[in-house]
Amino acid sequence: MPEEKNPPSSSKGQTSEADDLRVIGKSRRRVDARAKVTGQTRYADDIVLPRMLHCKLLRSPHPHARIRKIDFSRALAHPGVHLVLTGKDVPIAYGILPVSQDEQALCVDHVRHVGDPVAAVIAREELTAFEALDLIDVDYEILTTISNPEQALATPSPRIHDYGEEGNIHKRVSLAFGDVEQSFTEADHVFEDTFFYQGNTHLPIEQHASVAIKDPDGKLTIWSSTQTPHYLHRALAKVLRMPPAHIRVIATPNGGGFGGKSDPFNHEIVVAKAALLLDRPVKICLTREEVFYCHRGRHPVLMKFKTGVKKDGTITAMNLQTLIDGGAYGSYGVASTFYTGALQTVTYHVPRYHFQGCRTFTNKPPCGPKRGHGTVQPRFGQEVQLDKIAEKLSIDPADLRLKIAESSNTVTANFFRLSTVNLSECIRRVVKSSEWGNKFRKLPEGRGVGLACSAYLTGAGLPIYWNKMPHSGVQLKLDRGGGVTIFCGATEIGQGSDDVLAGIVAEVLGLDTLDIRLFTGDTDLGPVDLGSYSSRVTIMAGNAALQAAERARTILADAVSERLGVPKERLKFANKRVFDSAAPETGMTFPEAVVLAESRFGTIGTVGCYTPPKSPALYKGGGVGPSPTYSYSAAVVEVEVNPATGWITIPRIWIAHDIGRALNPALVRGQIEGSVYMGLGEALMEEQEFRRLPKRLSHALVHKFPSMLEYKSPTSLDMPQVFTELVEEPDPRGPFGAKEVGQGPLLPIMPAVANAVYDAVGVRIDEVPITPEKILKALAEKRAGRAPRYGPDRFPAVHWPEPLRVPPPWEGGDGNAINDVSPRQKSPSEREREAATRLHTRSEVLSSS
Amino acid sequence: MMRLPLFQFRAPRTIEEATRILAGEGPSAMPLAGGTDLLPNMKRRQQVPKTLLSLRHIEELTRVRMNAASRLGACLTLADIACDRRFRNGLTALTQAAAQVATPHIRNMATLGGNLCLDTRCNYYDQNYEWRKSINFCLKKDGDTCWVAPGSPKCMAVSSTDTAPALMALGARVRLVSAAGEREIPLADLYQPDGFHYLTRRPDELLTEVLVGNRYGWRSTYWKLRRRGSFDFPVLSVAAAASISVSGIVEEARIVIGSTASRPLLAADAAKFLIGRALDQDTIAACAALAAKIAKPLDNTDFDMSWRKKVTAEFVAYALRELRGDNVTAERASLTRLTPSSDSPFSIL
Repeated sequence: MPEEKNPPSSSKGQTSEADDLRVIGKSRRRVDARAKVTGQTRYADDIVLPRMLHCKLLRSPHPHARIRKIDFSRALAHPGVHLVLTGKDVPIAYGILPVSQDEQALCVDHVRHVGDPVAAVIAREELTAFEALDLIDVDYEILTTISNPEQALATPSPRIHDYGEEGNIHKRVSLAFGDVEQSFTEADHVFEDTFFYQGNTHLPIEQHASVAIKDPDGKLTIWSSTQTPHYLHRALAKVLRMPPAHIRVIATPNGGGFGGKSDPFNHEIVVAKAALLLDRPVKICLTREEVFYCHRGRHPVLMKFKTGVKKDGTITAMNLQTLIDGGAYGSYGVASTFYTGALQTVTYHVPRYHFQGCRTFTNKPPCGPKRGHGTVQPRFGQEVQLDKIAEKLSIDPADLRLKIAESSNTVTANFFRLSTVNLSECIRRVVKSSEWGNKFRKLPEGRGVGLACSAYLTGAGLPIYWNKMPHSGVQLKLDRGGGVTIFCGATEIGQGSDDVLAGIVAEVLGLDTLDIRLFTGDTDLGPVDLGSYSSRVTIMAGNAALQAAERARTILADAVSERLGVPKERLKFANKRVFDSAAPETGMTFPEAVVLAESRFGTIGTVGCYTPPKSPALYKGGGVGPSPTYSYSAAVVEVEVNPATGWITIPRIWIAHDIGRALNPALVRGQIEGSVYMGLGEALMEEQEFRRLPKRLSHALVHKFPSMLEYKSPTSLDMPQVFTELVEEPDPRGPFGAKEVGQGPLLPIMPAVANAVYDAVGVRIDEVPITPEKILKALAEKRAGRAPRYGPDRFPAVHWPEPLRVPPPWEGGDGNAINDVSPRQKSPSEREREAATRLHTRSEVLSSS
Repeated sequence: MMRLPLFQFRAPRTIEEATRILAGEGPSAMPLAGGTDLLPNMKRRQQVPKTLLSLRHIEELTRVRMNAASRLGACLTLADIACDRRFRNGLTALTQAAAQVATPHIRNMATLGGNLCLDTRCNYYDQNYEWRKSINFCLKKDGDTCWVAPGSPKCMAVSSTDTAPALMALGARVRLVSAAGEREIPLADLYQPDGFHYLTRRPDELLTEVLVGNRYGWRSTYWKLRRRGSFDFPVLSVAAAASISVSGIVEEARIVIGSTASRPLLAADAAKFLIGRALDQDTIAACAALAAKIAKPLDNTDFDMSWRKKVTAEFVAYALRELRGDNVTAERASLTRLTPSSDSPFSIL
């Protein structure tokens, strides 16, 4: 396997700088490694406080019902029980998006899925709280259950929510970038394919847990396993009607998140309320089953791709339709809907593009953002369809992709500005390392290889609520002992964000990362960072840290330069010293430099912040998808399929990732291998499946197996050999050129598996998970002379709205829709909802200009 | 997190003391061996014994006696069995089965007796209290409907023990001891076709020992279907044992299909078919088809039930081919996800 090297080219003289880097680009022990490997990391559930009480939630046993009455007198009388809360105690609606304020911490009168919380018991022991749940009597009126999007389309009433487009349709969008119909008539071939992507969940090892206390001065502190302490802070202020300044949220290190801890959750609000009422610490640690009910995982998506191509493979136009199973609440769903259509154009050149998406409510745990948020499902469809196109046109799938791959410094049909694009290099790397040319269509029956690519954003270009403030801020404190402390709202969820901040500051100030102290994820101690989602922390908190560190360096350099009589430009910060680069023995230690600067200028503290560049996508809905820059990946998967049983084995995977620059290559490789692992789970086995009981009996709709044993996710034994390559061309927008790696490398895995299965046994599995029984069924179809395929064959009729017409840049478009008379106009229901939730007034999702 | 219900804990030092406690406490007492299945079940309130009787301090239960025949104490851990080379020749199927139970950590705790008495499993039953409440419970616990077969008067939960099919193929017997006396029965007779009353063991009896007669000249093997290389219970298993003459003719054979019903099933017709025949391709195919006939999996485990049924013959064929002496390393590795190594119980026949 070739070793990655610093690339030859680059912008802004970063190459000469690269030769000089001492921390950045070196694989090193992450700053929180010692705590992790010695078991000393303090997760939320490790927090035990004097006089602490325990909370359990009573959850709805019905998928859809009205609450007529709740009688908790028996529970309250149970020995050891201190408090019982119901929806009346915390009635204010909240939600992660300003347009979807549709959750209540405890359901007031309407339960929407099995597992929706209706009451909370706070008791001395967790066991007592659990036992008391059975003493609460709830009288339910059962409502019709909506179990999937087709049913939701066909059943406008009863409504799961009283907002949204109409009936049980939450969100419907249609965006047309040029006249695709005309381009289809000009194409040599038009391909139409339908795919289904099953829902799945994050499965972090750590279950969500929270501990809340009322501080001695009457304020609230909550420790919680959350990826987004800032958004939780806002939700708590709203629901508890407290000034934000009286609330402190501390995000404890997350034992994995993957998007599953990015919403404000009912249990967080409940323990906060209980702690305030009881003036005692209150803790909750969810069971694994309850984590399945929090969900916010991958949306099940049915999709239809219609793609026109020229004989040489060039795409002339694409129409993508997605039908999305949202589950019982909004969550990030409006953003997820747009994301299913956002990145098709960012990967390959699509000159005309029409995206139609529809998200429905159903009586299941709410879907939301899981690693690759909304882009994973259509990436699967697009990459499998490209494989079919390549075969039909007799073009090697790698060559086809090289031909149509997007290039650096372009603006896409939907007005996303691309910075560095190294997709082609990624393809060339995996083609070479996997010996693609000797394997594709050449391996014996039962063995095959498949290739797929992807793109992903390096941080969402817009915040979740409309504001003009920075997305991330860093404060730096230098003390006279030479200590450097970083304060930042960024949240360590295992991805290594603390290490990224320490690495950047250490590089700029010539220190070692292990000498730096960090206070992160604490709303009292650090400036706001929006959270660990959308692969935004490295670029945003990283750039903020870079700015703060450079400002600190300037202060020190001023003082040292004056003392040594050496011009500032000649001063170098390295090896914990500040010295004359022309005469390295002339200089002083870093602590001496700090003392000098503090004597000269007073106490030293600096700040840095980051706001993403403005996006040219000015149309309504253009707020989802823009990013400072995008990462790219390509993967080759090798499979072995037993034609008698359909059993699949994956011995090897090659993957190349366009990282810009690897700040800590060990962490980058870890993220890539972790993505491969998660991708294989989605490709082969993971399913958020529900079971409908017989109608004449109970007709309940329950999660089929909310447990880590029966919800199948691969084990370490199921992991193939992974050959990882990093493609490094520093991106001018990333700190030291870095782009994201947390999500992008997941995306090519699932379609590459599907394409490899086709190469191995000649059947198309047009849905995930790809299981042995589906392969056997497709093989039976093949033997019977029918289409050798397993997958959905129809896309139901959706009443699509009139598209917003946005001419692409090459057709004179300026980023605005030409038929949007009033870009700020909203439907009456949206207006009502926003009026009701005055705290958060405008949404980037709907009005992004 | 889920908490255990409260219970009394007893830790006898002898079998006699243990059986006395069982006799005194009645069915509300349960023996606790490794606890890897019982304790999680208690957290889910599938079993709520008033008294737990730890078997950990009864030395006699971990004794092994190996002459021509073998006597294995019920509290040997599965790791003891999987790692002990003494068992690999005579009791190959058993060591292969033990090595494929759950995970290394669980095998370090779980016992042979515990695995033989393992509670039957079902996707409607192996759920926590609230989940079962939301479907109004099931026939096996607190309810009156078998959700997997709503018309069935009987619980259809699935026997999910790995070691039982292996030991049944080896013709094992078990010793059951109570305060009133003791009895020795064929292992096959420990089980009955009812997912609720799946054992013939009386609540006052302790399974103390597994006995396997002289298996000199026999070959045996165990094949397990599960989704992943670790953790999972079997959702189809095949154990086969045969004594084969030097000329390659089957003299005696036993084939057991596990994890497709409430007890392991002896494929008697299939085994009988082999007698007097050489294990050639046609014989294996015909025998596999016969054996697969008795497998009638239902929709209450992992994997599609019709697919489980469809691949049963294939698994029987793997087992018979291995008995014949074929190199099945590749098939084994693709199912177990284990890299072949000389230290594995799968490398020796």
